[in-house]
Amino acid sequence: MKVLVPVKRVVDYNVKVRVKSDGTGVDIANVKMSMNPFDEIAVEEAVRLKEKGVVTEVIAVSCGVTQCQETLRTAMAIGADRAIHVLTDVELQPLAVAKLLKALVDKEQPGLIILGKQAIDDDANQTGQMLAALANLPQATFASKVEVAGDKVNVTREIDGGLETLQLSTPAVITTDLRLNEPRYVTLPNIMKAKKKQLDSVTPEDLGVDVTPRLKTLKVSEPAKRGAGVKVADVAALVDKLKNEAKVI
Amino acid sequence: MTNLVIAEHDNASIKPATLNTVTAAVACGGDVHVLVAGEGAAAAAAAAAQIAGVSKVIHADGASLKNGLAENVAAQVLALAPGYSHILFPATAGGKNVAPRVAATLDVAQISDITKVISADTFERPIYAGNAIATVQSGDATKVITVRTTGFDAAAATGGSAAVETIAAAADNGKSRFVGSEIARNDRPELTAAKIIVSGGRALGSAEKFNEVITPLADKLGAAIGASRAAVDAGYAANDLQVGQTGKIVAPQLYIAAGISGAIQHLAGMKDSKVIVAINKDPEAPIFSVADYGLEADLFTAVPELVKAL
Repeated sequence: MKVLVPVKRVVDYNVKVRVKSDGTGVDIANVKMSMNPFDEIAVEEAVRLKEKGVVTEVIAVSCGVTQCQETLRTAMAIGADRAIHVLTDVELQPLAVAKLLKALVDKEQPGLIILGKQAIDDDANQTGQMLAALANLPQATFASKVEVAGDKVNVTREIDGGLETLQLSTPAVITTDLRLNEPRYVTLPNIMKAKKKQLDSVTPEDLGVDVTPRLKTLKVSEPAKRGAGVKVADVAALVDKLKNEAKVI
Repeated sequence: MTNLVIAEHDNASIKPATLNTVTAAVACGGDVHVLVAGEGAAAAAAAAAQIAGVSKVIHADGASLKNGLAENVAAQVLALAPGYSHILFPATAGGKNVAPRVAATLDVAQISDITKVISADTFERPIYAGNAIATVQSGDATKVITVRTTGFDAAAATGGSAAVETIAAAADNGKSRFVGSEIARNDRPELTAAKIIVSGGRALGSAEKFNEVITPLADKLGAAIGASRAAVDAGYAANDLQVGQTGKIVAPQLYIAAGISGAIQHLAGMKDSKVIVAINKDPEAPIFSVADYGLEADLFTAVPELVKAL
């Protein structure tokens, strides 16, 4: 069984982004970029399934600008066997990415597609579900445990209030939650090996997909600032403030 | 223009998230219908009919909808979709699971986690963990939306008198099956709906200490308990208590953060709280930059003292 793992290049999660003063977006020039944390978990899970012997090949995919190839090299350093880069400079929204992935799923026929549950830049949490809908596959989102058993896969999901377990017939789409696993660190020898692995490049036109954005961003603004707070000296002063000033207890 | 709200329910009662979503639907303009998709959920449908602002409740009843499988619920919504201009889901685990499936099948963009309705086609939503607010406009014929519940007031749960129409459930997809669930027992107010939240972080040190220190304060205040990702990952608290970008988004009247440094991802989940109190012994902790009241102290002495003083 092949596994397809889509990965996204995003602003590093430790960076505090700044909104551009003209309101056109967020300033990402000269900002550190890395693989979306949920996607790292997805790659790790795919590689672990391969190490268990239930998966034969792990293919990483990334859609976007040329630099996404660095993200794909990282995925291959974690253990992906080869990579596909869908090259485009157009702003990609989840529906467009889902359509690109659908075209690749048709071509590669993977048994599982494992995605991160959301990207930490647009916070959309849509692509996996959209891909499942377009490819007419069952889905298990927010996975915290994945067990492949023959042509079925059991997935434990994080839901509001606890956990639930679903059984899907493969092929299926899974999106990862934080607690699925802890991604391994990439080692220098593996980074060197990843440079030799196969990386194919295609364009949305090759795949016959129209990636025109559907949502128009009119402006991007700073969230409302909170007023400066005060430090209180002790517990008694805190209780007094909460009771008499804020009146919340 | 008619809007369809997909109710969040447990087959017996309507979850509060539904009420906030109805408010967002009313803000879009036009009639508001509510879909209650489940099995034996007549009581939930009856409760939905009471919500102020709702003009019709559609009760889809059948075994395929019992456990809220995304494939089946999406099929149910899609069967109704042609009659609606807006389809709104609460941005809960359930809503986020289904909404994109509906949108993709309709070939429209989905708009996630809206916090404000500017007009029928323009919405505000947070991006980059809440560090920026995007105003987006949809040109699609049908707007498929998930609603951040803390961004909208709850509609009144009574006062409405909508008609309930019962319809047959969509067929089962046959590719996915519900195996079981493990719901954390919780006698406290629901985290996302609580007026007061007491939240603990890594500084608690262990699950025992977490319970020993945080629980009495929560009991005293009638508060829900939350946790930072660090506390959850370390096993001090159950993962459905996690507040943050990747956990629950909350906006209570009072949020007390004890032993939480205040990483960007945590702040994204709680910085819309009305009053924030931080108890931390590190004067440099970023949590103090958003706290209305900061107490620089060891939480192991300060929290018990606080319990006594209340």
